[in-house]
Amino acid sequence: MTLQVEIKHQLGGLSLKVGFEAAGGITAIFGRSGTGKTTVINAVAGLLRPDAGRVSLGGDVFVDTASGRFVPPAKRRLGYVFQDARLFPHLTVRDNLTFGARYAPPGAQGAGLDDVVALLGLAPLMARRPGTLSGGEKQRVAIGRALLSRPRMLLMDEPLASLDAPRKQEILPYLERLRDGPLNLPILYVSHAVDEVARLADRLVLLQDGKVQAQGPLYDVMADPAAVPLLGVREAGAVIEAEVIAHADDGLSTLRISAGTLELPGVQADVGARVRLRVLAQDVILSLSRPEGLSSVNVLPVRVETVHAGGGPGAAIGLRAGKDRVLARVTARAVAEMQLAPGLDCYAILKATTVAPGSIGR
Amino acid sequence: MTADSAAWEALRLSLWVAGWATVLAVPLALWVAWILARKSFWGKSLLNAVVHLPLVLPPVVTGYLLLISFSPNAPMGQALSAMGLQLAFHWTGAVLAAIVMGFPLMVRAMRLAIEAVDPKLEEAAETLGAGRISVFARVTLPLIGPGILAGAVMGFAKAMGEFGATITFVANIPGQTQTLPGAIWAALQIPGGEGQAVTMVLMASAVAVAAVLLSEVLARRVSARIAAK
Repeated sequence: MTLQVEIKHQLGGLSLKVGFEAAGGITAIFGRSGTGKTTVINAVAGLLRPDAGRVSLGGDVFVDTASGRFVPPAKRRLGYVFQDARLFPHLTVRDNLTFGARYAPPGAQGAGLDDVVALLGLAPLMARRPGTLSGGEKQRVAIGRALLSRPRMLLMDEPLASLDAPRKQEILPYLERLRDGPLNLPILYVSHAVDEVARLADRLVLLQDGKVQAQGPLYDVMADPAAVPLLGVREAGAVIEAEVIAHADDGLSTLRISAGTLELPGVQADVGARVRLRVLAQDVILSLSRPEGLSSVNVLPVRVETVHAGGGPGAAIGLRAGKDRVLARVTARAVAEMQLAPGLDCYAILKATTVAPGSIGR
Repeated sequence: MTADSAAWEALRLSLWVAGWATVLAVPLALWVAWILARKSFWGKSLLNAVVHLPLVLPPVVTGYLLLISFSPNAPMGQALSAMGLQLAFHWTGAVLAAIVMGFPLMVRAMRLAIEAVDPKLEEAAETLGAGRISVFARVTLPLIGPGILAGAVMGFAKAMGEFGATITFVANIPGQTQTLPGAIWAALQIPGGEGQAVTMVLMASAVAVAAVLLSEVLARRVSARIAAK
């Protein structure tokens, strides 16, 4: 089931013109505040009528301004998790959760109450009212409530943005379970946080000034040198998959990637688990010869694929490491002195701290 | 008729008139409050002004306007009496006077309650599959319940105490249109009627206090269901 969005909308000074597709897994729409992310997700949900365009899911057309078709939100069967939870204050957690169940068609596929309560750890909250819940608890209930309406797709608008860091860490594993679990529900996830996107998304749509600047599989977009200014120079960096092969007594763990092994601290996953690593571009150092006598032990042989000079003193270098792609940010002067060009073989030094513990995960 | 039974008769009639006025006015006031709170349309300010007019006009003027509109000789009065409904100098006219006078208070209370409901909650209900009627019944109505209750109590209390418009429109006929305030006023016109007046003053005060207490209890029950936001 594929969501197809092709819309134009004028919103104050922002002219939005967006086209993208989302199929299985988590498709993240990333952009800074005011780039029109919420407008896009609201147009998908039916809370906003776009000036022009078409929105469809599978064979169902939700909006087609050419033919005047508009399906109201209640008939779209899309579960929407809002940034501010929006739980019904007069209902208990249980009644909030079951609110939408009666509107689902009799044959609708989806999780049952017991499954959702177990998945999101809601059992102790069932008799309580939203006024007595913490922000993280509210957001878990909101996710459960959306799931139990038996939606065909889940829409999430910055579900973690109003939470502090510990609460975020509390919710993220649930979202990962949702992604990897048996429900197999496509999710459209709006965010302005690169770490969330890097951890959760399968596909990425980069939005800037109301336009799609890049889209594709997460690993490709995150490793694209052209995406560096869109993600921010401090946040940009490739995401690569690794397998945990050993935990040593000194706190370091060994992880295997296609180009070799890395020693990293703070890896929580079990041996054998596959995890995502985020390698920040600004934390990768390039060397023309195999470096000796360094305090970092993580050195990978790489080949330069692309050199993307920005307007400033920096340049983004796209690197191939085995089957993976890594991104490095170096100065334009280094590009000239090292004669970095596509096809050049060199070595990338990754500091072990380049992968923040919070962004290591399945 | 003894003095006491006349007082009880006035109390019975007052409760009857105020009860009918409240029951009939609440749905209409809720509807008007809804469109004033949620809709924008041409003439909204005019509607708002008309609704509030009885609050600022002298009640005698309101009563006089009702009289010239609904007297048996006026077109509206003729149309209604053709349908078997007589208003002037009849208890049903007292109900109409009570509705008109209490209406602004009811609409105000309900409008504030509706404006306090976050439309985002209704949007959330829609995304869960609820149609318009379901959203109103399951989200909006429970949230504005206390406001509706407050409006109803105010309208009831106003109807119990309404004097000027009532006496102008339907006069002060014992057993027919003489509600408590009219009866108290009449008793005070008779030498030695103070005793009877005091009885009815106590009755009116007791009903007023009881109405306020009842609304407090109901409101507390409703807000306990809603809990702290």
